[in-house]
Amino acid sequence: METLTFPGNYSSLVKIGDFVTQAARSLGFDGFELYKIETAVDEACSNIIEHAYGQEDIGEIEVSVFTDPEKITITLTDFGLPFNPKNVKKPNLSSKLKDRDDHGLGIYMMKQWMDVVNFESQNEKNILTMVKLFKE
Amino acid sequence: MEISSTQYKRCNVVKAIGRVDSASAPQLHELFNKLMEDNQFHIVFNMNDVSFISSAGLRVLISTQKICKRFNRGELVLTNVPENIKAALDLAGFTALFKIFDNEVSAVGYF
Repeated sequence: METLTFPGNYSSLVKIGDFVTQAARSLGFDGFELYKIETAVDEACSNIIEHAYGQEDIGEIEVSVFTDPEKITITLTDFGLPFNPKNVKKPNLSSKLKDRDDHGLGIYMMKQWMDVVNFESQNEKNILTMVKLFKE
Repeated sequence: MEISSTQYKRCNVVKAIGRVDSASAPQLHELFNKLMEDNQFHIVFNMNDVSFISSAGLRVLISTQKICKRFNRGELVLTNVPENIKAALDLAGFTALFKIFDNEVSAVGYF
């Protein structure tokens, strides 16, 4: 397992993306499957900055990546406000343009594109675990 | 991300190169807003060189489309959308809200 800590700002997104996709690529992920992982990690980190910390440069994001031949497991830890995914409404994806609500899309994409998305808040930490299975 | 816009007779073509994420989406938002402040509501977004788009980028597209379409004064259309990004647009239910063209000539010709 490899762990890196990044400052909680939007400039970190590309670096976190590189760190995670590099590990995923070494396991064999490529193309669209790799894109799904990159999206999920980007959305998760953007949420941490925007919601757990409330703005940029308030706290850090700890990123751990663990790979085995069957899957990649990514955990993202922050030290911001506790997060309850149940408070995020599922976006209505078939609503008309004028009724389209802006939020909830990120979490929806994470859940659709990863095999496991699990949020946990404990001891003043939020730990998000995401797993993507590797299929030949 | 690098962005540029080119004014044609009947529309503006906006091109972005690189990632449209929470870091760069405000820059794209600003460019679209500037066009709309100048009463330019016919906009083509050429996504050929966009390598990645997050929900922050998708939100910019939606809010721009809402403003463009108000009073039937215009529209934001997309062209040269890479496969991965097309899948993200599909997942978000955006393909019903945006016309997507295969090439810039057809997109410009739409207006």
